[in-house]
Amino acid sequence: MEHIISVLVENKFGVLARVAGLFSARGYNIESLSVAPTLDPTTSMITIVTVGDDRIIEQIMKQLNKVVEVLKVVDLTEMRFLDRETALIKVHTKPEHRDEAIRLADIFRAKIVDSSPNTYTIEITGDVDKVEAMISMLQPLGIKDLVRTGRIAIARETTRTASPRREPALLKS
Amino acid sequence: MKLTGAEILCESLKREGVKTIFGLPGGVVLKIFDVLCQRKDLDLILTRHEQGAAHMAEGYAKATGKAGVVLVTSGPGMTNIVTGLADAYMDSVPLVAFTGQVSTDLIGNDAFQEADNVGISRPCTKHNVLVKDVNDLAQTIKEAFYIATSGRPGPVLVDIPKDVSTAKAEFKYPDKVNLRGYNPTVGGNKQQIKHAAEEILRAKKPIIYVGGGAVFSDAADEIRELAEITQIPVTMTLMGLGSFPGTHPLSLGMLGMHGGYWTNMAMHHSDLLIAVGARFDDRVTGKLSEFCPEARVIHIDIDPTSIKKTFHAHIPIVGDVKAVVRQLNVILRSLDGNPAPVKALRAPWIRQVEEWRESHPLTYIQDDKIIKPQFVIEKLYEFTKHEAIVATDVGQHQMFAAQYFKGNKPRTWLTSGGLGTMGFGFPAALGAQFAFPDRQVVCITSEGSFQMNLQELVVAAEHKMPVKIVLLNNGVHGMVRQWQDLFYESRYSASVLGKMPDFVKLADAYGIKGLRAVKPNEVEAVLREGLKHKGPVLMDIHTDPYENCYPMIPAGGAQHQMMLEDPPELKVAKKGGTHKRKVDEGEGVLPA
Repeated sequence: MEHIISVLVENKFGVLARVAGLFSARGYNIESLSVAPTLDPTTSMITIVTVGDDRIIEQIMKQLNKVVEVLKVVDLTEMRFLDRETALIKVHTKPEHRDEAIRLADIFRAKIVDSSPNTYTIEITGDVDKVEAMISMLQPLGIKDLVRTGRIAIARETTRTASPRREPALLKS
Repeated sequence: MKLTGAEILCESLKREGVKTIFGLPGGVVLKIFDVLCQRKDLDLILTRHEQGAAHMAEGYAKATGKAGVVLVTSGPGMTNIVTGLADAYMDSVPLVAFTGQVSTDLIGNDAFQEADNVGISRPCTKHNVLVKDVNDLAQTIKEAFYIATSGRPGPVLVDIPKDVSTAKAEFKYPDKVNLRGYNPTVGGNKQQIKHAAEEILRAKKPIIYVGGGAVFSDAADEIRELAEITQIPVTMTLMGLGSFPGTHPLSLGMLGMHGGYWTNMAMHHSDLLIAVGARFDDRVTGKLSEFCPEARVIHIDIDPTSIKKTFHAHIPIVGDVKAVVRQLNVILRSLDGNPAPVKALRAPWIRQVEEWRESHPLTYIQDDKIIKPQFVIEKLYEFTKHEAIVATDVGQHQMFAAQYFKGNKPRTWLTSGGLGTMGFGFPAALGAQFAFPDRQVVCITSEGSFQMNLQELVVAAEHKMPVKIVLLNNGVHGMVRQWQDLFYESRYSASVLGKMPDFVKLADAYGIKGLRAVKPNEVEAVLREGLKHKGPVLMDIHTDPYENCYPMIPAGGAQHQMMLEDPPELKVAKKGGTHKRKVDEGEGVLPA
């Protein structure tokens, strides 16, 4: 099963290598990975999408927690969360296809952020399904190039204060 | 007052209580060595190869429980300690390795003797740091020692660029570490410990399975108390040997691939497995799907990743082994203060285990023609009065030593378990001898392993370190040859060593006493003379190249399905004389 894991780490060089190396050394998959500093400039958040059965995910969580520079590990899949991904898609635009490209961007609430005589570059943000739907709709037009950010995710706030919830985080004490 | 990085390093080492450093100099660490040679309070042991330094530091650390310290140069100096780091990482040995690095302005330029030290060592260290600013050095060293020795111990590498060792900074040794992401759990969960106690009292066929974690946490007394008040037999992993007295009536010795028949049978039939600081290594479990099929599992370990990594645990307890077992004992004593009912409850189980022990004890036949390795180790065990610190290398001799040398104390058994590093034993023995110059230290090795780090003989000679090297010389990589005999139709691919040096002459060349035993009736005299000698001794003992180590769980086999002796076709081959020993003629051991 797919899991989205948030890893709060010290913002120091070598930390990403240690986290990524842990996955490769133990044969775990990384489906996507994104890293950026948090509000506190001394820490960074790594969001990892990975796949594994319960035993593997438990090991991944524990192994991540064991890294000295890792401050907190959360498996977001265990709670209500929001995830988003951004893609920049460069599509070929023959004159007869331009309307279709604009229409699709409109339907998906995407933006055309760059244009050239032969291409449009479309920026789309959404969950994975939306991004992938957009890509497949644009494919008949011919995709010249494509970059995706990988997913970022955040836990939803609970609206009711007394809502029963599983303890999600393997927090370091 | 401002100090240079090199001075800060030495001063910090002193504050950490370090006396002995194992290392070898080079270009970028010259400043550090220059400061070191002017200090009387720090001893540098100059090894002849950096790998030797790393293993010596491991031996020192394993024997003392303190962090071993290594100091080597950049590039090849660092890459040569990688095996030692990987070994220490697998076996949880506290090690702090200081490596030199090219100046910060040259890093990344492929400078002379540059290597990506933190990159190379990342997967085989608990933690590693490149110090880019001399102002961070003292804090980094403080944290390195703390990380190496706390929690599940392990190696930490501190990489010091040349300009950092010469730059100056105000020195104040920190009294606190500043690690918000590192805080090992020590005390176990009370509720879980209580559950464990209840299971222990209920179990009819329990067994305590102790690993290296018990040694590192100094839990020998607590484990002994646990075993005695509950009357539960104790088995140990290769790394756990010594954490429970080998001669204790409840001791079952080592378990696993070459464990006793009675031990593995007891494991297989147990209804409760109490794993203490052990990690269910494949050499212990054999085929996982058939491992301890009836047992409930209590797993105590300070490293959460060890729990449920390969095998399930019904009652996982994360915490320091010593602290948890102590709490467990308190509860057990309060729940059942009277030992009589416990004894009665366990009696049939203990009787069963003893029956297994009597039906299939460890055996070998010592004739008057060829020396059996087991015989040498039994005699050595007898002559050292069970009190020596023993370091072994890796292979058959290691397994024989684990079977026959029943150590009674923790930190007297130094061996390379997880990584299985040939070449570990001799430098590790030296490291232990440097820590305890007055104790008897014996290195049990073989010609294959010994030749991987024999250059350190000169260190023994130079420092007059009275290490006794018992070299079981059978002319083959014994364990490889055994597997080839059992699983590869006796095709001895690269397991026959053929041309062998004259080890007595070799010892002589290094200024060390050399002795040799070729016939069984020479063994006792050689061992006695060697052990009595004041200085270092190399005892070259020619043993049977065809002796196999049993019991044996074949790789991937189930725990209770052990081979107990040579299979019939191998016996026939041996009888028919297709095996001939030709070690002495330098022709190696080949089937005729």
